[in-house]
Amino acid sequence: MTEFTPWTSLGGGVLIGIAAILLMAVHGRIAGMTGIMAGVIPPLGSDWSWRLAFLAGAIAAPPLFLLLGGTVPFAVPVGTGAMIIGGFIVGVGVFFGSGCTSGHGVCGMARLSPRSIVATVVFMIATFVTVFITRHVVGL
Amino acid sequence: MIRPLSSIIIGAIFGIGIAISGMANPAKVLNFFDVFGTWDPSLIFVMGGALITTAIGYRIVFARQQKPALGPAFVLPKNNSIDTRLIAGSATFGVGWGLAGFCPGGAIPALGLGYSETLIFVIAMIIGIVVARQANKHFQSNAVIA
Repeated sequence: MTEFTPWTSLGGGVLIGIAAILLMAVHGRIAGMTGIMAGVIPPLGSDWSWRLAFLAGAIAAPPLFLLLGGTVPFAVPVGTGAMIIGGFIVGVGVFFGSGCTSGHGVCGMARLSPRSIVATVVFMIATFVTVFITRHVVGL
Repeated sequence: MIRPLSSIIIGAIFGIGIAISGMANPAKVLNFFDVFGTWDPSLIFVMGGALITTAIGYRIVFARQQKPALGPAFVLPKNNSIDTRLIAGSATFGVGWGLAGFCPGGAIPALGLGYSETLIFVIAMIIGIVVARQANKHFQSNAVIA
């Protein structure tokens, strides 16, 4: 079980949105983690530096938040095998799908991009079905 | 100097948002999708909050600015085609998200929390991207020959 946290989740969502707005207003870029991450995997493109800086900030922020007295609940209810296979599948999927929850689900949907709306509906359904199968059919 | 610095700060806002929202916690993400089990609807508030904020903010930015403050132009995706590649890729991503409970935007900030499971996931995800990129190159070069 995890605790229902509407307010902190809403607050976190608003912060994600503020980051997306600022990245567009300041750098003119979509805050999609897939694109930002793929852009720093060699061979590097021309504008990898803002991406690397964004990633550094994103990774450094949660431990900073902990140091300032915040708490970040964390639990992995699946085995290492599921993390390895799941990670690989996520990598392949976001490459061919050209985006993930942040790029399509937040930024693309916010622009009312038909492509992003379709992508988001498809991956939300696929995730729901996968969780249903692993937890209620296979019983992992 | 101001370009990387502003990018670090924006990345940090994103990372804090992910951390407090619950997206960096695979247990919470998987419970969101487990409507017939231990359902935790919190992530509706993450997605809703992020989406509504961004939709309003983008409108203001595009209405007021001709170009970004520190860049030559807004870089927006030009591809508008809804094709098999988009749908199959997105469906594949969903299967992986459902298995591990991490999406890329959740996993990268979670790296900072220092758990080995996150590192394992991220390494596997990077390998997945590299393999997909190579496979894509291979198919495209074959297509050109054909």
